[in-house]
This record gives sequence, structure tokens and C-alpha cells, in this order.
Amino acid sequence: MQKRRSRLGENGIWPYVLLLPALIVMVSVVVIPIINAVGMSFQYYNLTRPNRTAFIGLDNYTKILGSKLFWQSLWRTLIWVFFGVGLQFVFGFMLALLLNRDYRGRGVVRAVSLIPWVTPGVLIALMWRWILDGNYGVFNDLLKKLGIISENVAWLATKGTAMPSVITTIVWQGIPFFAIMLLAGLQGVSHDLYEAADIDGATRRQKLFYVTIPSLRNTIYVTTMLRIIWVANSVDVIWNMTEGGPAYATQTLSVYIYKEASSLNMGFASAMAILLMLVLLLVAIPYLRSTFGQEG
Amino acid sequence: MKNTTFHESRAFRFFTLWLPLILFLLFLLFPFYWTLVTSLKTDAELHSLTVVYWPQQPTMAAYRYLFQQYNFLHPMRNSLLVAVITMALSLTVSTLAAYSFSRFRFPGRKPLMMLFLTNNMFPTVLLLIPLFTNMRKLGLLYTPWSLVLSYTTFTIPFSVWLMNGYLNDLPVSLEEAAMVDGANRAQAFLRIVLPILLPCLLATGVYIFMQSWNEYTFAVLFTNEKSRTIPVALKNLIGQLGVQWELITAGGIITIIPVCIMFFFAQKRLVSGLTAGAVKG
Repeated sequence: MQKRRSRLGENGIWPYVLLLPALIVMVSVVVIPIINAVGMSFQYYNLTRPNRTAFIGLDNYTKILGSKLFWQSLWRTLIWVFFGVGLQFVFGFMLALLLNRDYRGRGVVRAVSLIPWVTPGVLIALMWRWILDGNYGVFNDLLKKLGIISENVAWLATKGTAMPSVITTIVWQGIPFFAIMLLAGLQGVSHDLYEAADIDGATRRQKLFYVTIPSLRNTIYVTTMLRIIWVANSVDVIWNMTEGGPAYATQTLSVYIYKEASSLNMGFASAMAILLMLVLLLVAIPYLRSTFGQEG
Repeated sequence: MKNTTFHESRAFRFFTLWLPLILFLLFLLFPFYWTLVTSLKTDAELHSLTVVYWPQQPTMAAYRYLFQQYNFLHPMRNSLLVAVITMALSLTVSTLAAYSFSRFRFPGRKPLMMLFLTNNMFPTVLLLIPLFTNMRKLGLLYTPWSLVLSYTTFTIPFSVWLMNGYLNDLPVSLEEAAMVDGANRAQAFLRIVLPILLPCLLATGVYIFMQSWNEYTFAVLFTNEKSRTIPVALKNLIGQLGVQWELITAGGIITIIPVCIMFFFAQKRLVSGLTAGAVKG
């Protein structure tokens, strides 16, 4: 197969021509805006005061790095990503293992349990906001019926519970994503490996840790990386649940940037977005290296 | 597996399969149940101090109100337009790119693949600001095209990955046979590869459609009253007088029904495409 492909591969510019349309779109929507954003980040650029636009060097950056709110937001981003993606992965993996078992009605269970994946982020945020509502929310009612709480809790309006609430919501949204990706990976694991493990008398647990997980390494790498980046960048869930409140308790960097951009403070927002991008690159580089390193 | 009878017992199966499965389904599906129930409630039930788990007099008033007062068909039409055009565009460019990655080995292949994969890595908020300005300069702002272009870009990486997986699964010998018979590469692709790939194209198309149908952050900035898509319309139901939950939940139900139906049909193929992509990278 490999040999045949390389023979077909001597086709001059064709491979590049085929990539061109996708590249044109990507350059105009990603590359050029990033260059623009870098330029903006060195400017005072506030659309509410357009005539005061001016080059101000690193002022935006020094202002950001000196502000307490930035570091707090960065810390909250870390918590948001760590618990959000961590729990999504653990539960998504459990669900994938369950969906990979043999039982009647599996097809339906598979399709149904993946629905959160196809639900719009705004709707997810609003649905959970209603469930967690302090006055009429069903979550309070359920907890009261179970005898866990006696008084209603305003989950999203209380400083200590707001972050766990939005994390629960993003976990709910992300479980199906991990489940579907890992399920795909599970189906690709060769049966020979399990048979060999059976012959060696391996237990279920041993098979999970010595066959399944190592075989899925590549999938796990790629999906967690995609998800870390996606969750770190996500705005819609937090924005539509708490707008970053109460008292900044759920304000991640993305939400902070979105807020600044909404108030048209573009230069400042761009500088902060560039910093966020650099943080994400730090996360992504080792991942990319290991993913692509295996290939070559 | 063969050493104990306990592992084959019903109790074991209940605790390792059915119980966790039921808990998962309860957690994942309860919000949808709650959304549906809320949308059918009367105002009195909605704001009664005892929470009502099933409406005594289910009412479709919220749905009627949505279509009559809020003209919900209008954002639905906008969303449909954006999603369909995005699907066509993204599917075309992604399939071409995936074909290139799958069938050719050429200098720069690896860095280009890297570029395609990392395309989604940049903070949405970083692109949002300059894109807004650029779209305005180009006169695309508040037209469906601003969203089509953005969504095409954001669906390219995953679509290329999927299509690459499907293509890698397809033996090269099929095209070679056609080319031996005198067809050129384009003909071989159009007549041999494309028909076989059709179900896979549909599955990838469903993914693209879902993404465009659901996106909010760009849509809220790039649309106005006339070109507004469903997620924005949904959020806009939150008025100054507070949140009318029966309207929002009714709108939510209307929003997810089409994508759910599409997803049910495409789900199997999506997983198999991901499998192929995952195995061969």
C-alpha cells in the first residue's frame, strides 16, 4: 500500500492545488485576523473613542500583566479547564466502555446518550440555568426531596457554588464528545490483543490498563488536546449562565476578553487574547509533538 | 472471563452495565425532559412554589406564541440557509484537502497537516475582533456570508480528519484500475471514489450542519435583526421583564429536533469514520 501511494505521489503540483481552496478560507479567516490582532494589541483602539486610536507599544500588555483581575482570570481558566476536561474525560471514557458492550438496544442507547453533543451551547447554558434556578429550579427541589438540603440554594448567584455549577454544565456537554471519540477508538482496537490477554489469563482490570488504554493512547492525546483548547476558549456556556459573575467568580480569560470586546475595547482585548493564545500553545506543543512524532 | 461464574451472573451484569448506564442516561437526558416539560407548562405551574414534574394541563401556548409573536420561522430560515451553504462549501474544500493528504505524499505534507489540525487552536475571541472589522470592510457583515466563511473554517479540521479516515479505508487499487482503463485522476475520483464515499460525505455533512446550526458567539456579533440565526434568537427571548422560561424551552425543543433527527441517521457512520481516522492517524 505504502509503495503504491508513493508512486501515485509523483504528481507535481496536484496535491497543493487540492489543498488550495481550504487554505484560502483558512488564511482569510484565521491567519490574517491573527496578524490584525497582533497589530491591534499594540494600539489604543477603543471603538467608543475611534479618534483616540494610536500606537502605544507594549502598554496594553504591561497593563494586563500588572492587573490582579488578569491573573485571577487565568487561575480560574486553569480550574475550569482542569476540572471541566478531567471529568469529561473520566465519565466519557466510562460511557464509551459501556456503549462498547454487547446488549439489546445498544444502538438506541448510543444515539440517545450522545444528544448533548448536538445541542447548541446557548441552549445548554439556558437549560442548566433554569434547572439550577434559586427560586423555581428543579435541582433544589430534588435535593430537598432527598433530604440533602433544607433551604433553596441560589447555585449560580453564590460565589462558592457558581464555578462548580458551570463546570458541571460543561462536563455534561463534553461527556458525549469523549464517549464518541473513544468509542471510535475502542472499535479500532484489535481483537487479537484481547484474545492474547485472555490466553494469558488477564483480568478485566488488567485488560483495561494493559490493552485498552495503551491502544487508545493516540486517540486520548488528540481528543484531550482538542478539548482542552476548546474548553479554554469557550465563552457561550459561562456567558449565558453567569456572565462571569457573581463578583468575577466564573470569569475565565475567554469570558474576560469577550466582555472587553463587547464593550469595544479592542486593543486591550486583543492583547489579552494573544496572551491566552500563547498559554494554549504551551499546552499544545508537547501534545502535537507526541502525536506527530509517532508518525515520522 | 472463564474463571468465575460471578462474572457471568445477572447481578454482575446489573452492577457493571445496567446500573451505570441508567445513571448516565438519567444525568444526560434529564435536562431535555425538563426542557420539554417546562415548555408545556402554564404560567401558574411554572411559578408555583411546589415544583411540578408533569404538567396537569399541558399547553402549546408557548409554541404558538413563538411563531406568531416572535416570528421564529425567520431565524430558522436564516439558520437553515447558513447551515446548508456552509455544509456545501466546507464539504467541498475538506474533501479535496483530505484526498490530497490521503493519496499523495509530497514535501510539506506534515506541516500542512499540522496547520489544518491547529487551525482550531486559536481563541475564538482573538479572531472575533479583527474578523468583525474585516467583514465590515468587505461589506459581508450582517449577511449570511460572514457566518458561512467563519463556520467553514472552523469545521475544516474535523471534516478533513473524518474524510481522511474514510479515504484511507478505501483501497487505492480502485482508482488505479480506473486509471489503467484510461480515466484521468479527476474522472476516477468523480466516478469511482465519490459514489462510494457518499454515505461518509453525508455523515460529515451532518457534523458541519450541526456546528453551523448551533453556533452562538460569532452569530451574535455578525448578524442583525434581519439575518439573526436561531441561537441568537433564543438568547434574545430573554427580555427586560425577566426570563420567560416556557418560551426559551419551547424554542430550544424546536431547535434541537432537526439536528437530533439528522444525528440519529448519521451517528453510526460518524463513529466508523472516526475509527478509521483514529487508527491510521
